[in-house]
Amino acid sequence: MGFFQFTEEQEMLRKAVREFVEAEIAPHAAEWDEKHYCPVELFPKMGEMGITGIFVPEEYGGAGLGHVERAICLEEISRYSAGLGIALMTHHLGIAPILYFGTDEQKQKYLPDLAAGKKICGLSVTEPGGGSDFMGLKATGEFKDGQWVINGRKCFITNASVADVDIWAVVTGQDEKGRALMTVFIIDKDTPGHAPGREENKIGLNGSSTGDVICNDVVLGEEAVLGEVNKGAKIALSAIQEIGRAGMAAISVGILRGCLEEGVKFSNERILYGKPLNRLQAIQFIIAENRVAYEAAKLLTYHAASLKDAGKPCANEFSMAKLFATEAAIEAAKKTIDLMGGYGCINEYPVGRFLRDAIATIPAGGTSHIQKIIIAGNAIRGN
Amino acid sequence: MSLNITVCIKPVPDPDYYDKITIDPVKKTITRAGIPTIINPVDKNAVEAALQVKEKLGGKVVVITMAPPNAEENLRELLAMGADEAVLLTDRAFAGADTLATSYALAAGLKKSGPFDLVFTGTESADGATSQVPAQLAEWLDIPHLWNVQEFEVEDHTLKAKMSMENGYINYLVQMPALLAVKRSINKPRYTTVMGVMKAKKKPLTVLTAADLDVEPERLGLQGSPTKAGDIFTPSLARKGQQLTGETEEIVEQLIQVLRGAGLNLESLNVNEAGRE
Repeated sequence: MGFFQFTEEQEMLRKAVREFVEAEIAPHAAEWDEKHYCPVELFPKMGEMGITGIFVPEEYGGAGLGHVERAICLEEISRYSAGLGIALMTHHLGIAPILYFGTDEQKQKYLPDLAAGKKICGLSVTEPGGGSDFMGLKATGEFKDGQWVINGRKCFITNASVADVDIWAVVTGQDEKGRALMTVFIIDKDTPGHAPGREENKIGLNGSSTGDVICNDVVLGEEAVLGEVNKGAKIALSAIQEIGRAGMAAISVGILRGCLEEGVKFSNERILYGKPLNRLQAIQFIIAENRVAYEAAKLLTYHAASLKDAGKPCANEFSMAKLFATEAAIEAAKKTIDLMGGYGCINEYPVGRFLRDAIATIPAGGTSHIQKIIIAGNAIRGN
Repeated sequence: MSLNITVCIKPVPDPDYYDKITIDPVKKTITRAGIPTIINPVDKNAVEAALQVKEKLGGKVVVITMAPPNAEENLRELLAMGADEAVLLTDRAFAGADTLATSYALAAGLKKSGPFDLVFTGTESADGATSQVPAQLAEWLDIPHLWNVQEFEVEDHTLKAKMSMENGYINYLVQMPALLAVKRSINKPRYTTVMGVMKAKKKPLTVLTAADLDVEPERLGLQGSPTKAGDIFTPSLARKGQQLTGETEEIVEQLIQVLRGAGLNLESLNVNEAGRE
């Protein structure tokens, strides 16, 4: 295993993205959270920056980079707005299956607008019956008279009400043992019968839209099938494992840096007993713990992303990064609130939002318990 | 119409590190070692102005600076922003230069780096803030120059430029080649994109030393700088307290004496008789 280091270009890219984030995102993050608003108008701007299509090849209008660069963008954005972070991360989550499993026609049709941020993508897998009970999905696709008819209700879907292109996983058959067979479809938002349903009022990540998406007798042609019929499970799973969890880990690395930097700033400026707060050992302990948590989460996340870019197995690594980073972000946000005393509970400061956002990262891409089951399973099998 | 446009930029100390900056008591110059640099903010407006001209009329944008070797990073950033080529003038011989020696070296660098129709600079640097280099540079190059430019337009080989004054502005028609020192409000510098960062590494960045330039060595650096700092000192910012004692009337009288003694013209404060009761 090589030790992960950023290249000079990656450092420059981080600086460029940070400049954009500090000007266009940081000043508005609190307002988006308060108003539960997903800033869709930023997608074309992120498109011009190369962020929305960061890992899409140049021939399809993307920046042609990889998943390390994607994680850099998500970290930088989530340093200030984890809410917008998850909206962007889900956009990538929908793009990936088209890019990795789509036909050339599908790529030509969808990727340029998605990479440019002119259109927003979503991925609809989770249902009211559960997300991690993947094989228990109830949404169906029936092939009738040369066309597919899709029915079902998806829930807790990020970008539900803002996505222009929606990737759906539905049950289209059973194998000989009676297990569900999945097929994945690309659905344009204006397709008759396809519509967003109720909008959820979340604890955090409120710079994003989350809610139901419903398909009621949605008729699709065969060109809407992504990959092969009845072989969609691996498409949806690989997106969740290697794009979704990767994204949640990178978002949490951003929250961790936010906690660290806000804690340091506050403790430098706040005077207590005639001295800056940072002179107190109890405060220094919190800063040290946040720093170590940030560095550790960063290493796990970028290491996993570098494996993905190298074409090596990385699902287990992303599970570990996601588990560690999301849990560490919750802890760091709570400790930073402690560090700030009463001020930590005042919404003029962002750390309360960081805590709410960090808690909301847990179920996205599978809860911590699910990650532990995956990691343990791999360890027991000797992986 | 295809224009050769050169932009002079300056790396300046990162404002986040201002408290770490010291002044060398012997050389009486700023000690920059260990202080990270940023691109002088208004220089980005100059680059933006150049890029806009290029996008409209075609041509090439070259960025140039005279600075220590680590300025390569600043120049790469501007290549990522959209400049086509970069030139770094770096040599121990340039060290300690005042504005005259700086503009002299820059002029030689500009001549060396190729023909130019337009030269852009910012109005001033965030550290020295003398505003002298733009005019000096244009004089060395023997071209017309305007400072504090708010707007401009290129028509054939003539510039229509609006120069801001304290109480208004003057519109000029300028024959090119010419130098424009632009102000912050002229435009909003574009963001550097991810694609720009990736292209930057393939763009040419030339490093030139004093030996590469057609210059008289005694006009470079500290040796070529007529500006000599007289004295440097740190002003004492300590506060001192003085206690006035006695009856209220006496204290007021003493206070008035102290204030008058400190040079305050109390009569000018227009205190009326009623106010004294």
